[in-house]
Amino acid sequence: MTGLKRLLAAAAVSGAALTGAMAQETIFLSTQLRPVEEATKVRQIILKGAPGPVTFVVEEPSPFQTRMDAETQAGKRTISMVGALHGELAPLVASKGLEPVDGLVAKATALGVPDAMMALGKLGTNSQMYIPWMQATYIMAARKEALQYLPAGADVNSLTYAQLKDWAKAIQDKTGKRALGFPAGPKGLLARFFQGYLYPSYTGGVVATFKSAEAEAMWGAFKDLWAHVNPNSASYDFMQEPLMAGEVMIAFDHVARLKDALVAAPNDYVTFPAPSAGKGRGFMPVVAGLGVAPNAPNKAGAMATIEHLLKPETQIAMARELGFFPVVKADLPADLPGGIKLLVEGVAKTQGAKDALVSLLPVGLGAKGGEFNKVYVDTFQAIVLRGAPIRATLDAQAATLQTIMNETKAPCWAPDKPGDGACKVN
Amino acid sequence: MSRSRLLPYLLIGPATVFLLALFVAPLVQTIALAFTHDGAASLANFAKMVGDLNFGLSIRNTFLLVLTVIPLQLCLALAMAMMVQKLEKGRDLVLWILIIPLGASDLAAGLVWLSILQDRGYFNTVLNMLGLVDGPVNWLSYETPVSLFVGVVLAELWRATAIVLVILIAGLQLIPKEYAEAAEIFGADAWTRFRRITLPLLKPSIQSALILRTVLAFEVFAVVYALSGRNFPVLVGEAYAWQHGNQNNGVAAAYAILVMAISLAATVVYIKALATRPETQP
Repeated sequence: MTGLKRLLAAAAVSGAALTGAMAQETIFLSTQLRPVEEATKVRQIILKGAPGPVTFVVEEPSPFQTRMDAETQAGKRTISMVGALHGELAPLVASKGLEPVDGLVAKATALGVPDAMMALGKLGTNSQMYIPWMQATYIMAARKEALQYLPAGADVNSLTYAQLKDWAKAIQDKTGKRALGFPAGPKGLLARFFQGYLYPSYTGGVVATFKSAEAEAMWGAFKDLWAHVNPNSASYDFMQEPLMAGEVMIAFDHVARLKDALVAAPNDYVTFPAPSAGKGRGFMPVVAGLGVAPNAPNKAGAMATIEHLLKPETQIAMARELGFFPVVKADLPADLPGGIKLLVEGVAKTQGAKDALVSLLPVGLGAKGGEFNKVYVDTFQAIVLRGAPIRATLDAQAATLQTIMNETKAPCWAPDKPGDGACKVN
Repeated sequence: MSRSRLLPYLLIGPATVFLLALFVAPLVQTIALAFTHDGAASLANFAKMVGDLNFGLSIRNTFLLVLTVIPLQLCLALAMAMMVQKLEKGRDLVLWILIIPLGASDLAAGLVWLSILQDRGYFNTVLNMLGLVDGPVNWLSYETPVSLFVGVVLAELWRATAIVLVILIAGLQLIPKEYAEAAEIFGADAWTRFRRITLPLLKPSIQSALILRTVLAFEVFAVVYALSGRNFPVLVGEAYAWQHGNQNNGVAAAYAILVMAISLAATVVYIKALATRPETQP
């Protein structure tokens, strides 16, 4: 696409004035792959073989939501297709920003998209609201010089939370630095750590077990662990930055938020799964999906672009260039760049762990996803950062959690036992 | 005849339309948002706001900040204004330098102070060079609430004292010199002249400056956000978190209404407390 055309398309997106003239263009709005280098790769490599001209436009999650709602309310659509995380697409169902894409289900299933993932894409409706696009998960990364402090008998690839604490304590004792870091900043993904990792590992559940005796013990243990966590964690959003700056040596985060550090110095790091506790090694696969907007100016183009993005070769290119993993059946090549290879290894070790316990992204919460996350982060803030009593905090937050469940009528999801009706906090 | 009667309305017309469209309409919408839940009139959003973990803390923090920053700013701005008044040479240059922070956006000001006060910031570098510390010291974490608060106060002082200064200087220039000269002839010293003449005559300007500054101070957000992240919750920060992070614009609107109510109350207090009778002014 020429520079002028792209400029015009961008003008069409922002001004909504030129849409008629640009009918052939498929405007693809994404909350994913926002950094300039990544967006450029999408435009120049990933979308290169797309059947028609596609304009890839990125937006942060909150303006994304606002823009989709504004276009719906104005009845004037400039965007044909969207790409976003499961949790960002979910609120669009209620605000009428997504159109069912049932026509693509057979194709996606034939390419090997797992049924469980397709089911997520229904977003609690009877139709396919989005087609899975790419997946990722959370892993841990450590600088190699931290490995010398590993407690005796601990294998970095099958750590327990107790061993992680001993490890961080050993580093603090020897170097005086609190070298363990978590993304607990305002834009960090700490809520997912509790929902997908800590809670499942200790309690075998997320919602039902929220205030169980195991949860009480878990928060006590996590508070002890936090004594060895870098206090700047409360302002870390992306762990790649403190890792590169040497502020922390061990970090937990989403693969895409560790990538820059690993790619910059692949020889300095190891990647490994998050720790385990009594009930297993919790982990949370993350899914991004592709959807089509109602009254899309170019629906055919959007559908064709989704098909293009699902092709195994496109999906492999996504992994190689961007560090997101295929949702379809596709074998990753052996010659991946060093940093990406570390990510792939970390993910493989996580998925392949003998005690792996899959925790799904919250399902059926719709627009309440943010408040659901807040319950976990508030519980953490109250107990760990402000020293509130554990039992009383859990009881109070459990009431808030139950209200959210009742309002959304969301049934329990894995690893909680599925059942009928709104999920109950026991 | 009728044209000249219409003219004033024509002149305020554009401003009125502007205010209606961009101030009154959103205000009405915000009030509607705050007082509805699931499409019905209700106080649920306010109940949720009051029941929230950070509510009490953000009220406390916001008031603590306002009650610390505003008196300090007033004293500083008065001192700076008197000093600038006394300057014979280079007055414009000094004034120009003093109001530079006015040009910086809130967030930029916050980031400037972040680069000074963070672990590997300039402040620690200086302390290290002086041999006072031997490694990065944390000033802005949840473990150091006092230095975090001091940091936020410093940033706010640096950023927003200039607006008070500008208003006070404008006020000072309106005070006729004859009063001070007459007082001097009767033997009043500088402090008495300041207390008995300058301050009372400056009262209307002080009132405007305090109203403006206090309303803005209750809306403090970007500086706090840049320096503390979530470690120092304030009211507008909570409104932002509910709007964006928690995606519940009802509760966010409730916070907005609360901030507006507090600001209005503060304005009324200032208008009553600093009322000046017209005959006491030159």
